[in-house]
Amino acid sequence: MTSAIRFSGVSRHYGDVKAVDRVDIDIAEGEFFAMLGPSGSGKTTCLRLIAGFERPTAGDIEIFGQVVQGTPPYKRNVNTVFQDYALFPHLNVRDNVAYGLMIAGQMKATRQKAADEALEMVALGGYGDRKPSALSGGQRQRVALARALVNKPKALLLDEPLGALDLKLREQMQEELKVLQRNLGITFVFVTHDQSEALSMADRVAVFNDGKIIQVGTPEAIYYRPEQPFVADFVGSSNVLPPEFVAKLTGTKAHGAVRPEAVSLAAQGHAAQVKTVSFLGTATRVSLDVAGTPMTMLLPKGAVIPKSGETVHVDWAADDLHVMGA
Amino acid sequence: MSDQAFIDRNIGLLGRISDALWRKPSMLIFLLILPPALWLGIIYLGSLFALLAQSFFSIDEFTGQIQYEWTLKTYGELFRPSNFDIIVRTVVMAAAVTIGAAIIGFPVAYYAARYARGKWKAIFYLGIMMPLWSSYLVKVYSWKLILAKEGILNWLFETLHLSWLLNAYLSIPIIGGNSLSVSVTGTFLVFLYVWLPFMILPIQASLERVPISMLEASGDLGARPSQTVRHVLLPLALPGVIAGSIFTFSLTLGDYIIPQIVGSSRRFIGQAVYAFQGTAGNIPLAAAFAVVPILLMAVYLWIAKRKGAFDAL
Amino acid sequence: MHSDRARLGLKIAAGFGLAFMHLPILLIFVYAFTTEDKSYQWPPPGFTLKWFAVTWGRTDVWEALSLSLKVASISTVIALILGTLCAAAVSRTKFFGREVISLLVILPIALPGIITGISLRSAFNLADIPFSFWTIVLGHATFCVVVVYNNAVARFRRVSGSLVEASMDLGANSFQTFRYVILPNISTALLAGGMLAFALSFDEVIVTTFTAGQQQTLPIWMLEELVRPRERPVTNVVAMVVVLVTFLPILAAYYLTRGTDTVAGQGK
Repeated sequence: MTSAIRFSGVSRHYGDVKAVDRVDIDIAEGEFFAMLGPSGSGKTTCLRLIAGFERPTAGDIEIFGQVVQGTPPYKRNVNTVFQDYALFPHLNVRDNVAYGLMIAGQMKATRQKAADEALEMVALGGYGDRKPSALSGGQRQRVALARALVNKPKALLLDEPLGALDLKLREQMQEELKVLQRNLGITFVFVTHDQSEALSMADRVAVFNDGKIIQVGTPEAIYYRPEQPFVADFVGSSNVLPPEFVAKLTGTKAHGAVRPEAVSLAAQGHAAQVKTVSFLGTATRVSLDVAGTPMTMLLPKGAVIPKSGETVHVDWAADDLHVMGA
Repeated sequence: MSDQAFIDRNIGLLGRISDALWRKPSMLIFLLILPPALWLGIIYLGSLFALLAQSFFSIDEFTGQIQYEWTLKTYGELFRPSNFDIIVRTVVMAAAVTIGAAIIGFPVAYYAARYARGKWKAIFYLGIMMPLWSSYLVKVYSWKLILAKEGILNWLFETLHLSWLLNAYLSIPIIGGNSLSVSVTGTFLVFLYVWLPFMILPIQASLERVPISMLEASGDLGARPSQTVRHVLLPLALPGVIAGSIFTFSLTLGDYIIPQIVGSSRRFIGQAVYAFQGTAGNIPLAAAFAVVPILLMAVYLWIAKRKGAFDAL
Repeated sequence: MHSDRARLGLKIAAGFGLAFMHLPILLIFVYAFTTEDKSYQWPPPGFTLKWFAVTWGRTDVWEALSLSLKVASISTVIALILGTLCAAAVSRTKFFGREVISLLVILPIALPGIITGISLRSAFNLADIPFSFWTIVLGHATFCVVVVYNNAVARFRRVSGSLVEASMDLGANSFQTFRYVILPNISTALLAGGMLAFALSFDEVIVTTFTAGQQQTLPIWMLEELVRPRERPVTNVVAMVVVLVTFLPILAAYYLTRGTDTVAGQGK
């Protein structure tokens, strides 16, 4: 696999603030790569470094094998879908999409035809004459997508593109983006703070915290085998067990992680006090206090539901306990 | 799909300059700021400092020549009774104009910000904008017409058989005079008229930023409308009033044309500066006089900044 | 009802304020037609169009008007360039000097005009620069920068963020981005700022008295007439025409910036 984008020891410091700190990434060609992390964790800065809006204070960035030191954004064959879409308010939708082709010097008829086709692709055929302000959020998002893709970039950078959409539209767009990426076969780099979005869409996920990458791996690996408590906690609120607890169970003194759905009521096991019980629809979430360690469990529909204040026993299968660093 | 990771368009000199500016963004800022900074720095600040420097020179009383030696003697002259009176008179006038403008301007600003909608909003906006931008001299001139002995105001008092009231008012010392057009009251009216729009606009801007829900919340918590105005609206409008007062105060302090055209023979700071630099040829004293409004405004601005008035500008 | 009464009182007060601001100017319009030529007699004894013809024939008025128009045009062009550059720089980054620059731009209009005027005059004296057309322009451009700057800076801020990045991302270099994205988005603000700068310069008298020497702009001409009236009816007519002429750019600026976050005329 050739590498599409490679970071080697890349840092971006603003004075004392280390927005990105010695990050190594290797994104393969054709990959759907997600950068996941809380706000301020450095994921967006990484994307901006790829696009060329920011310059690294240290390290090398390669795009398709070429070092991009000193290459301004307008010479990089990557395009960006901005978080606020950044559609040009003075141009109509068609001219927005055709902007890159206009700059590239294409004839008016050619570029307008290409723009209309791109709009067709994102199911906005016939919207070309409208102004961006006359579109809904979801439609603007599609225009931004068409405007980037019409240039046939080698990689598409998406900065929280679904953040401003409501839940239903977001889920629909997640699927559409995935299909689009598979059909086009180009590299997608996707920044998000929504763990379910990252896990459901990406081939691989990089989890960011404090300007550093904590873990890179497939969604399954990130979900089931977190390497640090932060990952377990941030990606789908796993139960993080302190090293002492884990040592008693396995003999290894390291943090452990147990998914809430792996925990169940048992006749014997760990004594736990029920704190709160929340009905979620498909399941019921129960917060517990297990010998001083807060835990949650997800009980499926039809299970016996304990009452808050009650003392119960809970347990999980031995191989559902993931020992970090093991 | 283009197979190149880079698109190298040969766009000549501009393209190369653009690349260089991307590599050094601070260079772009520097190039942008250079012409205005040079213009304002050299022409404006240079002249200003040259003037201020002269206030530290003095004039030889016998020869009338400027002595180029650093001294505070000229500043001492400001405290002579005849000069100090001018400063006090100007500051009192500026304060009176500011208060008057706030009282007349607040209802207009409040109505424009709160109740005027649609067409009326535009009418109010232009109704404040037009007088603001109308010719300063024409505005002053119109009051010369109004206050003239044979003018509309006297005619109005006569028609209403109220001339005795006007005469009684004019016989009051200091604020009265032979007629309105040569009285301090006349000067005050013209100042008030000319600077009023400068007070209304910032108040309106600050009132428009008060969300209606905040006033409803006050009512919801049991406040009567008058209490809401007093405890919620006025404090929130205060930065706007202060911002407006910066204009009315500063403009009154420095004006020398209005008191020259409508007013008594008692001088204001602006007239003193004008006279000293002109016929008297006493540039040091003129410069020292010019420092007074600058200092007063510096103190005023410092207080205003602490009250958050600049957000309402 | 209490609140209704409050609203009525407020309405009257607001109406009084508006009337106070507009009636004096309207009065000028009446005086332009009066037959009385020795005093400011009210009510006018009769009405005539005669003074319009007299004014039309006055070369001193035409010369003053032409000088004012020239000064205002050149000053506006300079102010447009300097104000736009300044707004672009200030909106682009949080560089350390932006507060200093904002202050520097606002100072010529924040300090009383007489100080700007007397500073410039004494600087011209010190540097042995004779009064000319350009000494007037120098002063006017200096205090007009702020009007353009205030109009442009808010609009620049809106454009300078992701729109500029989007344009560069799509292949446009800095100059193309300026041409195709920034300029179309700031043009109305610049036009409005330019018109207000023009109106400001056209009307300025305080600084001009110090930088004009023997030359007469229209406001200087008017000031002369106010201090030493020669032919009052001509002054009346000129005053009315000046009011009408300044209304046009203000109206235009208003319609150009309507519905945006920039309020035309802020910081005059």
